[in-house]
Amino acid sequence: MIEWLHPAFLMLLGALVLPLLRGVWQKSLSVLVPILALISVAQMTAGSSGHVHFAGVDLVLFQADQLSLVFAWVFAIMAVIGNIYAWHITDTGQRVAAFLYISSAFGVVFAGDWFTLLVAWEVMALASAYLIFASANAAAVAAGFRYLMVHVAGGVLLFGGIILHGVQTGSYLIGPLDHGQGGLAYNLILISFMLNAAVPPLSAWLTDAYPEATVTGAVFLSAFTTKTAVYVLIRNYPGAEVLIGFGVAMALYGVVFAVLENDCRRLLGYHIISQVGYMVAAVGMGTEMALNGAASHAFAHILYKGLLFMGAGAVILMTGRRKLTELGGLYRTMPITVCLYMIGALAISAFPLFSGFVSKSMIISAAAGDHRAAVALLLTVASSGTFLHTGLKLPYYMFFGKDCGLRPAEPPRNMLLAMGIAAVFCIGIGVFPQLLYAQLPYPVDYHPYSGAHVTESLGVLMFTLLAFVLFLKYLDPEKTISLDTDWVYRRGASLFMWIARRPVLIWEQWLTTLGDGAGLRLLHRLSRGSLRVDMMVIDAIVNGVALTALRLGSVLRQLQTGIVSHYAVVMVAGLILLLGWPLYIAMGAP
Amino acid sequence: MIAGLVNFFGEARYAKQRWRLLQAVLVVIVIADFFVPRAHTYYFWQTIPGWSAGFGFVSCVAIIFISKFIGHSGGIMRDEDYYD
Repeated sequence: MIEWLHPAFLMLLGALVLPLLRGVWQKSLSVLVPILALISVAQMTAGSSGHVHFAGVDLVLFQADQLSLVFAWVFAIMAVIGNIYAWHITDTGQRVAAFLYISSAFGVVFAGDWFTLLVAWEVMALASAYLIFASANAAAVAAGFRYLMVHVAGGVLLFGGIILHGVQTGSYLIGPLDHGQGGLAYNLILISFMLNAAVPPLSAWLTDAYPEATVTGAVFLSAFTTKTAVYVLIRNYPGAEVLIGFGVAMALYGVVFAVLENDCRRLLGYHIISQVGYMVAAVGMGTEMALNGAASHAFAHILYKGLLFMGAGAVILMTGRRKLTELGGLYRTMPITVCLYMIGALAISAFPLFSGFVSKSMIISAAAGDHRAAVALLLTVASSGTFLHTGLKLPYYMFFGKDCGLRPAEPPRNMLLAMGIAAVFCIGIGVFPQLLYAQLPYPVDYHPYSGAHVTESLGVLMFTLLAFVLFLKYLDPEKTISLDTDWVYRRGASLFMWIARRPVLIWEQWLTTLGDGAGLRLLHRLSRGSLRVDMMVIDAIVNGVALTALRLGSVLRQLQTGIVSHYAVVMVAGLILLLGWPLYIAMGAP
Repeated sequence: MIAGLVNFFGEARYAKQRWRLLQAVLVVIVIADFFVPRAHTYYFWQTIPGWSAGFGFVSCVAIIFISKFIGHSGGIMRDEDYYD
């Protein structure tokens, strides 16, 4: 008996009904359905599940435990916030895509078997790509195709891994993969998950595509894809040590590239990669505290990163500009946006009383408790970088700094409301961490607000601020783009086109010339020869065969008497011959 | 109130006050770090008062200069029309 409705089903139903409605009815439904999904998640308890037997495979369409519930909670909250933020848009397609996207994200976190996961995974890629295409300019369409191409490739890896895994183990149920095994199936699935988690070198799709998405679409994108990847990593690869190195590298990689970045949402994209690095490293550590840290940091991250993307989106919507070199001085007319953005910035930077403080520090403490000093120190370096960019560089050059002369108004009220709700969560989680800790997969024995921890964090952060103030002029954004691993397929594609246009075309033309000249003459001679062979030899044979058959036919015709008894005698004789001959042989012919 | 707060961080005429405020906050943090109880430390450096301040400062400087060095000398930063 199901006491609750699968939130993925609710969102899917919503996606079907949305296009039938117009105006305020559509807007209302776009917020109402996510609220219903939130209520449905609130009614779930760990342990509920639903099985379907389909085509010889046991499909577990939904299976709720503490881990899936904590992700479902934040997905539902973000679904409500994101749709409030998108209240003003008139593009039905974007609303439907966002609904499908959220639905598939729910599908992933409740999937109990690999096939259900795969279907949700693919829908997620397609629905999210629409939010990029919806920008409807050449750059966005190109980036959308690259995004789709990378994710479809990842989906193929996942599919291959699932089939191999199923054949090897005989089970399609999701659960921790044996990481001692390290076989092909294990690696294929891991690579596809790392691709969605944006682990370098498989990360360039994120910073390539997210800044091209629509203002409201980017908010959804920032929340779901990478965090469902973190979820499946926690679920299937806890303690896979290879992830620790990748996670730490990611955290620092995002920070380095953020220094170089000029596009405001691309900078935030690099900090998604950086923050997901903490979670990936925590999954690699695999201790209860680390996994709790990964889950809680994903929860906090979705809300503060959503808030940051909403803030940057508000600026883009109101100014039409996205490069830091073209922005500045907006604080005069957008003070509320500045304040709300800064709450997200303080949360991601892990200031005490903000959400990042209670989740990020759990991961760093888990690293220290697991005797990984280098990991703990490098993640602290990345924390400094996080505050430097999202908390200082971005707001400085976007809202303060050199006056760009624009005097944009505050964004529409629905956007401010959505940002306000996210801001309440960022502070609420920071002030009442127990509310979040109670939802985590393992019991929590961690108290973030010790005196030493507070002064330690403030020391790192405020002296980062001092360095920022002293070396500000070295941070000035430059009118450049940064090459990332997408170079391989962006330049690779032009190389492919060059090969197609140059060597292949030349070879093809050479072949044509050859065919028209010497080749054609040779062919003519050959065909004349074969005509002669045809007439003299083949036709003669055919005619001969036909003539013989005709003669034989007239002989046979004379045998046909038309009397049934004659035929019967011949048939019986034939039967006797047919049966008798082998019998004669078998009995030992003399 | 919000506008006032934001203006304090934006207006050039408050630059001196902002600088003094920052200095005061930094001093308070370092002094507080000497007096907080350190019951649960994992590593020796965590017992040194003010280590995190130095670590944060050095980290930030390192990030700025190493990143810019990699960006400029490593050929990562290119003209905006690089892919066009």
